[in-house]
Amino acid sequence: MSLLDVHDLKVSFETNDGLLPAVQGVSFALEEGEALGIVGESGSGKSQTVLALMGLLADNGVASGKAEFEGQDLLGLSPARLNRVRGEKISMIFQDPMTSLNPYLTVASQMTEVLTLHKDMTRREARQEAVRMLDAVHIPDASSRLDRYPHEFSGGMRQRVMIAMSLLCRPQILIADEPTTALDVTVQAQILRLLDEIRREFRTAVILITHDLGVVAEVCDRVIVMYGGRVMESGSLHHIFQGSRHPYTRGLLASVPRLDQERGGRLQGIPGAPPSLSRPPTGCPFEARCAYRLDRCTSVPPPLKERDRGHRVACYAELIL
Amino acid sequence: MLAYAFKRFIGALPTLFVLIALAFFMIRAAPGGPFDAERALPAEIEANLRAAYHLDEPLVQQFGRYLADLVRGDFGPSFQYKDYTVTELIMTGFPVSLRLGGLAMALAVVVGVAVGSLAALRQNSWIDHAVMSVSMTGISIPNFVMAPILILVFAILLGWLPAGGLGDGSPQNLVLPVISLALPQIAYISRLTRGSMIEVLRSNFVRTARAKGLSERTVIVRHALKPALLPVISYLGPTTAALVTGSVVIEQIFGVPGLGRYFVQGALNRDYTLVMGVIVFYGVLIVVFNLLVDLMYALLDPRVKY
Repeated sequence: MSLLDVHDLKVSFETNDGLLPAVQGVSFALEEGEALGIVGESGSGKSQTVLALMGLLADNGVASGKAEFEGQDLLGLSPARLNRVRGEKISMIFQDPMTSLNPYLTVASQMTEVLTLHKDMTRREARQEAVRMLDAVHIPDASSRLDRYPHEFSGGMRQRVMIAMSLLCRPQILIADEPTTALDVTVQAQILRLLDEIRREFRTAVILITHDLGVVAEVCDRVIVMYGGRVMESGSLHHIFQGSRHPYTRGLLASVPRLDQERGGRLQGIPGAPPSLSRPPTGCPFEARCAYRLDRCTSVPPPLKERDRGHRVACYAELIL
Repeated sequence: MLAYAFKRFIGALPTLFVLIALAFFMIRAAPGGPFDAERALPAEIEANLRAAYHLDEPLVQQFGRYLADLVRGDFGPSFQYKDYTVTELIMTGFPVSLRLGGLAMALAVVVGVAVGSLAALRQNSWIDHAVMSVSMTGISIPNFVMAPILILVFAILLGWLPAGGLGDGSPQNLVLPVISLALPQIAYISRLTRGSMIEVLRSNFVRTARAKGLSERTVIVRHALKPALLPVISYLGPTTAALVTGSVVIEQIFGVPGLGRYFVQGALNRDYTLVMGVIVFYGVLIVVFNLLVDLMYALLDPRVKY
């Protein structure tokens, strides 16, 4: 059995324009110690998918479906029971380290509260553990910086603090929602290396949300490509990067700038814009931008079908690609 | 911190000077004078009076004299209340206004913050809508309308509370004026609290706190309350200064002998020194309370350093 089994997850938001579907039936499994990348552009539903798992949707968000973790359905847990999972067994770090830490509390108090809550530690023990964890994420001089406030740390250092904080209870799953997007390129590389190192050291499964295929290639074992709230293709790194069978994935790969590209040449993009949430397409969400469109693409969205061991594709046209 | 406070006070002196100068020349520009009465005084007596109070000197010289006295802490004698200095009058009126205003402010903060937070936590529920519409009404109804209605209901129809005056100074005499003073502030503070609480609850660091598995109560008390109250605190500074120096309207309606009444009577009687005294007193309080707010900020927000 998988560590986390998500089945037919749907998320929608009640707004003045009616019910907006953000995620329309996403299923995936996460194995122990595995690094899973979820790739997609803004609005593809990748962040809402994981926020729903953590019970962190905005007030007007509704999730349905199933997310089985240790024999319980995360989506159906009471707040009290959910609070015993999140932070302890599943933890999460976010895109913007500048605003994700509470500016009014010291790093020490933000870190120790996790341990005193979930592990019944005394404040002394919790402090020692916090220092150990800050050391583990390579924050120099950790014991003296513990009592500082977040604004006294740089962006990269704050993301390290976030990572250390999320690992305090040795969670089985670490969800990282665009953890490097807000950081400088050199710092990005350091944080990715750190995530990789942590995963091996703590044997934590990682779900990495990103729009950056380069990041995925560096860190992940398996990839899910999302578009318009649906999974377009999923598979191993090899399946996606060398053997992609979905026009959207191919378009994404083709639009990545390359060092060996002809100088002065134009970057390739995918023509058109993503579908609007308020008028979701009845068929495949990518249909309007797709060069391989067939007649039935507009009426019924293609089901996600297994083509190869672990390689799933949702496309009617894939065979003629 | 002390050095900062001192620096701020020195910085406020030019503001106070402008305030004093404006008030000084404006009250003298108003038609009439302190010794006008139904029956005109004999010319010699009036001339003597004017000379005694230095009103016969050129304006600029009077202003210089006033400033010189002020620096020594002397507000001068009242022109109307014979045998009283302005300082004495302020010291009889201020404790009354301070008690009313202080109680009203305390009530407003406690009720306003509680109600505002509740509305924010139950956003878009019937509680929230009720709080918002009642407080909008509270802000819109001026207190010269609200106070007579309260008197009508609680003093005349129900007979529960006295209609006015301080009586023997017992608490039930304070209830209606304090509530009348507090109501618009409760309304304003609850809306302010609700708005900033909703904003903080949507912030990234509150999401982090929830992701850590903290209970909703801990999230609010430990992570959200302090940042949500900062805007309320900056509103409290000038408002407290205004409330403790006395509300003209409320003191008039309830017949309370506070500072506000002296101010109005001083202005009507052209009691130059009394009006000036109250204005300077109020100005200094505003400066002091704004300074207190800034110092509070430094205590509450680790990013603020002086």
